[in-house]
Amino acid sequence: MSMFSLLGALEIGLIFSLVALGVLISFRLLRFPDLTVDGSFPLGGAVAATLISFGHDPFLATIAATGAGAVAGLLTGWLNVRLRIMDLLASILMMIALYSINLRIMGKPNVPLIMEPTVFSILQPAFLSDYVARPLMLLVVVIVAKLLLDWFLSTQTGLALRATGANPRMSRAQGVNTGRMILGGMALSNALVALAGALFAQTQGGADISMGIGTIVIGLAAVIVGESLLPSRRLFMMTLAVILGAIVYRFFIALALNSDFIGLQAQDLNLVTAVLVTLALVLPNVKRRIFKGRGR
Amino acid sequence: MLNAQDLHITFNAGTPIENRALQGMSLAIEEGQFVTVIGSNGAGKSTFLNAVSGDLPVDTGRIDIDGVDVTRQPVWTRAHQVARVFQDPMAGTCEDLTIEENMALAQARGTRRGLGRAVKAASREDFRARLATLGLGLENRLGDRIGLLSGGQRQAVSLLMAAIQPSRILLLDEHTAALDPRTADFVLKLTARIVAENRLTTMMVTHSMRQALDVGERTVMLHQGRVVLDVSGPERSAMDVPDLLQMFERVRGEKLSDDALLLG
Repeated sequence: MSMFSLLGALEIGLIFSLVALGVLISFRLLRFPDLTVDGSFPLGGAVAATLISFGHDPFLATIAATGAGAVAGLLTGWLNVRLRIMDLLASILMMIALYSINLRIMGKPNVPLIMEPTVFSILQPAFLSDYVARPLMLLVVVIVAKLLLDWFLSTQTGLALRATGANPRMSRAQGVNTGRMILGGMALSNALVALAGALFAQTQGGADISMGIGTIVIGLAAVIVGESLLPSRRLFMMTLAVILGAIVYRFFIALALNSDFIGLQAQDLNLVTAVLVTLALVLPNVKRRIFKGRGR
Repeated sequence: MLNAQDLHITFNAGTPIENRALQGMSLAIEEGQFVTVIGSNGAGKSTFLNAVSGDLPVDTGRIDIDGVDVTRQPVWTRAHQVARVFQDPMAGTCEDLTIEENMALAQARGTRRGLGRAVKAASREDFRARLATLGLGLENRLGDRIGLLSGGQRQAVSLLMAAIQPSRILLLDEHTAALDPRTADFVLKLTARIVAENRLTTMMVTHSMRQALDVGERTVMLHQGRVVLDVSGPERSAMDVPDLLQMFERVRGEKLSDDALLLG
């Protein structure tokens, strides 16, 4: 594998570690199986790319994209909490709705960003080439996001959010407005995912309507891989684990696609993802069965 | 203090499995009183408790706490007045959170939760002191996940959590039923101590007639969703389990067939 594809994998891995942090909040902390991310990731890309192509400031465009993601998450939460639609179904409805909304925002299936300024092109120091500078800048973004999330989850509100997912009845008895926690948590989760989408569009030369396909599976894969690499219940380690998981997962994908002898091509990406996630889900069970067998 | 008037709750109304759990349930509890509630399965004990806590909406009727109508308030709004220990030790604590995080969650009950640190150094000392009173060595395990504790230990922590913030009424829902006899005895003694120390108004649902007479100062029996017996004072002090059974039969005019009550 060349240095170039290695750095490319790191770059995408870092972007998807933001998705993984979002998925950690919804799936793991709130126990809310949220497929909205398949829509909020391209939503972030669509909002950012469209605003930038209209000549708006890339930073404002990125912030607007993040805000749009938060609104999408809020709506999914609202469908579930207020209208009492089952969590998974509520998120599927939102995902489907976002497909149309994203097309409306972009006005066409894709918005290229070739010559336009991006947050990366503006911040990039002259002495570094872009494929080195981008991963470095993304690393800073991811570390800041991780530390902010760690801090938030250790506050009273963050603790209430974690309790809401783990034991809603007990949380209510302790005075936690669980509905509000779900709304807030879903907004936060999808804001992170949309931020990832906005950054993805700015590193990959534009937004595309199909860029969101399988986002949830990649996010989950990162969470699962991370948890098996660094099994810990401590918050600091949990967030670190999913970031690591996202990067390691991207390296595996790059490795698989770059190994000519396997004969995989880029269009096999989703199949490879599905196989990897299946393995990650099944392996712990197999391991447990083997150990049980030995105990007897 | 607590005043419940003419509560009605029907599950699955209008279907073949319709269950009229509360049928005109009324009960008033005075400040500082410790009431035990008994009744056979399906008498409406837990339903009544859940109505007071707000977990179950009532069809008709009214619940006042301190003269304020709370009938339509959600659970989390009532939580600053109502503290609760569940029957299932797993239900009252959050197993993925540490002991100190669980206690911090309870410490914030009835306050505005902001962006301050959930577990502060000062409250950690307070938690340690409270846990030490249990004599279970938990004061040295603040950072342990509460899921690592036994059912009895978790129930003891639940009781501490219920008393960590002042509340107007403490609801105990057969909170010793899932424990082995020795642990149940420990938790019951702890309950009596915490209630006395904090002068808590308490309502304890129990399956055991023995327990109902031994603890507290007033005993209420429910049957078919309403109060059929209400004893306190000298009359109750002179009572034993057979008397209670006899009274129940007289009130209902029928033989009691539920072994669960006899065995208690």
